[in-house]
Amino acid sequence: MKPVYLDNNATTAVAPEVFEAMRPYLTEFYGNPSSMHTFGGQIHRKIEDARGSVSGLLGAEPEEIIFTSCGTESDNTAILSAIESVPGKRHIITTRVEHPAVRSFCKHLGRKGYRITFLPVNHQGQLNLDDFIKALDEDTVLVTIMYANNEIGNIYPIEKIGAILRERQILFHTDAVQVMGKIPVDLKTLPVDMLSLSGHKLHAPKGIGALYVRKGTRFHPYLIGGHQEKGRRAGTENVASIIGLGKACTLATGNIDRESKQLSKLRDKLETSLLKICPDSRVNGDVTSRLPNTTNLSFEYVEGEAILLRLNEYGICASSGSACSSGSLEPSHVLRAMGVPFTAIHGSIRFSLSRYNTGEEIDKVIEIVPKIIKELRLLSPFSRDNTGKKIACTP
Amino acid sequence: MWEYTDKVREYFLNPKNIGEVENPDAVGDVGSIVCGDALKLTLKVDKETDKITDAKFQTFGCASAIASSSALTELIKGKTLDEALKIGNQDIADFLGGLPKEKMHCSVMGKEALEAAIDNYRGIERPVEEEGKVVCKCFDVTEEKIRKVAMENHLTTVDEITDYTKAGGGCGECQADIEAILRDLWSLKTPEKPVKPKKLTNLQKIALIQDIIENEIRPGLQADGGDVDLIDIEGNKVVIAFRGMCSGCVKSGMTIEGIQAKLRELVSEDLIVETQ
Repeated sequence: MKPVYLDNNATTAVAPEVFEAMRPYLTEFYGNPSSMHTFGGQIHRKIEDARGSVSGLLGAEPEEIIFTSCGTESDNTAILSAIESVPGKRHIITTRVEHPAVRSFCKHLGRKGYRITFLPVNHQGQLNLDDFIKALDEDTVLVTIMYANNEIGNIYPIEKIGAILRERQILFHTDAVQVMGKIPVDLKTLPVDMLSLSGHKLHAPKGIGALYVRKGTRFHPYLIGGHQEKGRRAGTENVASIIGLGKACTLATGNIDRESKQLSKLRDKLETSLLKICPDSRVNGDVTSRLPNTTNLSFEYVEGEAILLRLNEYGICASSGSACSSGSLEPSHVLRAMGVPFTAIHGSIRFSLSRYNTGEEIDKVIEIVPKIIKELRLLSPFSRDNTGKKIACTP
Repeated sequence: MWEYTDKVREYFLNPKNIGEVENPDAVGDVGSIVCGDALKLTLKVDKETDKITDAKFQTFGCASAIASSSALTELIKGKTLDEALKIGNQDIADFLGGLPKEKMHCSVMGKEALEAAIDNYRGIERPVEEEGKVVCKCFDVTEEKIRKVAMENHLTTVDEITDYTKAGGGCGECQADIEAILRDLWSLKTPEKPVKPKKLTNLQKIALIQDIIENEIRPGLQADGGDVDLIDIEGNKVVIAFRGMCSGCVKSGMTIEGIQAKLRELVSEDLIVETQ
């Protein structure tokens, strides 16, 4: 059974074109780009081509791109670089809904004596810009706010935040891992100093990421060793994956508008159909400013892990913010920060689409999900309405 | 992804004995939707023989909670109430070919529902939990439950208590309390704090303070462009001087407190840290 893969915010399929572009660098061209001989040295030029493709997608200059091993490394590097560049200041502003790559790292710095402000969000997961401005002070060294949220898809007002920070000359980093290839990003006009991205969220392989550092921004490397990446990130280049990331960015460039229309059409159909068929269901997130591929739905009276494992029986892949599916007993920090009731968090399911999803797949999901919710609600002791009557999905 | 046995999968995908028995003789209702799992068990009991003639369940929870509930109903059908009470949470887990250790609390919930139902049948009032007895506020777990589950399953660590009851798995604030309960239960002695020797000679004290400043305090300050030197030790007074970024820094007061706390923790409670 071919899976219906709707978990693209977790990871994506490597595009066939990307794989083909990588293949020679995993087989015949295995040289080290730092070598003096042509066999290795010629690969250096290919890496620079890939750098050009990444910067092309971002509206950046090639020399502003540093290849890393993943989104987490990019995030950690950006934050560490900022605090090392301005050693006298010890206040960092971030949000309560960041990815752990930023959130846990900031908490870690909090234990090391840095003062961290975690900005709250409202019920739709939106930030309040007044809260943000109030949090700024003389001691603020860095603001790091995600471009879009992985769980609910909310897009944050990076342009407005960046403009405020530029006026005050405070460093601004954004984790843009979820937006690459989904919405246009133009760093020529976007006031951001550092931006993280990850290959495996845009159809390149796992184990490759990049960090954009605007020209003129002071930078301190995280990995120190060889002279690779002009000394900004030591370690022999992951050549094949860099080539793959370059190819993935080329594929995305120029196609974002068309693809995002296609994605949001399928996503909206899935979302409106499920909300209509299943009583006591809701959307989590800001439907007015959201990634085109993401929907996060809550189904009352049932638990997310149970939904996922029953979906799994039909080859449907999704994810959940429930505690049981997270590997810990704590449910999603994002949905909790939004004040989503616990009952709705436990029954939350995220569907995240990619260019490879089809209308037939979405139809299948629209058919299967209500069936599963209905079955699980029949099992649940809570499925009653106010009159004591059992609630179930109407078929 | 959790590693579930085929039997857990089977009982999750095709659970037996779903729903409520009509006119139940016994009802056991445990857990809550806020905590993430809940189970309602209903029984038919033959008054002559005391045997459970029918058992059905409704469960809100993950795959292993549903499978554990269904397994429970299979295990108790046909048994007398006294026989059923002998079934422990481990029996439920064993029936399913085992549960991931993090999911043992699902089997504990089954056992609890059974006890609640039998108490209900026998007309035993279940005590309303007193506020003070709740140890884990995130998952509403009482001291009594922690002790009971620890005894029944020979649990000795906080992690095990979390796996079996969820207590301590939320904010984590109660983990020290759970630890204390376990120590009391198994009459373990509180271990002496490892690093702090009882009585130090002056020379030993100076050497220890030097060592801590050198290896635990300076690297952190140096990473931030600062530094600290040990100037003198007179009795319980430790005199230091800040260098580099730290000198004149508004936060140096905070740093002194930090250094003092560290030295008090590792050397002696009565130390006072001052700058030159």
